[in-house]
Amino acid sequence: MSLPVVLFALVATATAVSAVGVVASRDVVRMALWLLFTLVGVSLVYFLLGAEFAGAAQLLVYVGGTLVLVVFGVMLTAHGPLRALHTRRAEWVVAGALGLALFALLTMVSLQLGTPQPDPDTERPGTGQLGLSFLGVVETSPSGRLSGVPADKALYRTRSAYLLPFEIVSVHLLVVLVGAAYLARAKRRVNP
Amino acid sequence: MSDVGLTPFLVLSAFLFACGVTCVAVKRNAIGILMGVELILNAGNVNLVAFSRFNTGFRLEGQVFALMVVVLAAAEAAVALAIILNFYNNHATVDVDEADDLKG
Repeated sequence: MSLPVVLFALVATATAVSAVGVVASRDVVRMALWLLFTLVGVSLVYFLLGAEFAGAAQLLVYVGGTLVLVVFGVMLTAHGPLRALHTRRAEWVVAGALGLALFALLTMVSLQLGTPQPDPDTERPGTGQLGLSFLGVVETSPSGRLSGVPADKALYRTRSAYLLPFEIVSVHLLVVLVGAAYLARAKRRVNP
Repeated sequence: MSDVGLTPFLVLSAFLFACGVTCVAVKRNAIGILMGVELILNAGNVNLVAFSRFNTGFRLEGQVFALMVVVLAAAEAAVALAIILNFYNNHATVDVDEADDLKG
């Protein structure tokens, strides 16, 4: 048992248990708390995979932004009887069977897929490489086998920069937030 | 991370996905359904990042796509919460079974 295996087992168990907690708890506030643990666990999985930038973005955007939005929604809507809406037993059975069937199907496919061998010559993707690739600059490995880029240039500008999609997503987020503020503005209640 | 293969990550992602689908199917609270959707999106993100680690032809695209999914999930949560708050203002409940105004 090496250290990565132990770390992965711990993080995966914590993430899975808190995902079960999201499904099983009846109170909305407790669901939000379990979801917080799940999101932190997923970001730890990203760190284990060597995707530090994605893990940091997960922590910042999801845990710091989206979950705060969700907690605001819970605070604004969860009063008394609305905190725990009861589900019928038949719905639990049907939904549980659906979830189990999906999990079995996806697990079967993943077991058949196997693990492709990582190329030992190339580095794992990291923060600097990801940040540079937003500008279309790719670091080449010494053997020059990364993306077919010639080996004599250390930094090579490719055609596929991710800066434009990033800007589009940013503008989309701005438009969506303005629209959400417009939708959620205070109005007189029609049916009290 | 070469000790842990691709398959455990895919199984963890499948478990998160199944939990999210069950959550969407079983909850009557609209915010609970939104949390289930977040679980589903996170499962997809774990898949993307795991493939970007283990598949040499998918090296950076997986992480970039995961970032895009995170941002779009934030946008989706904002709009969904605005709709839920609007619904709560109009109907004084967040039970999705009550949202049948357009029932034919």
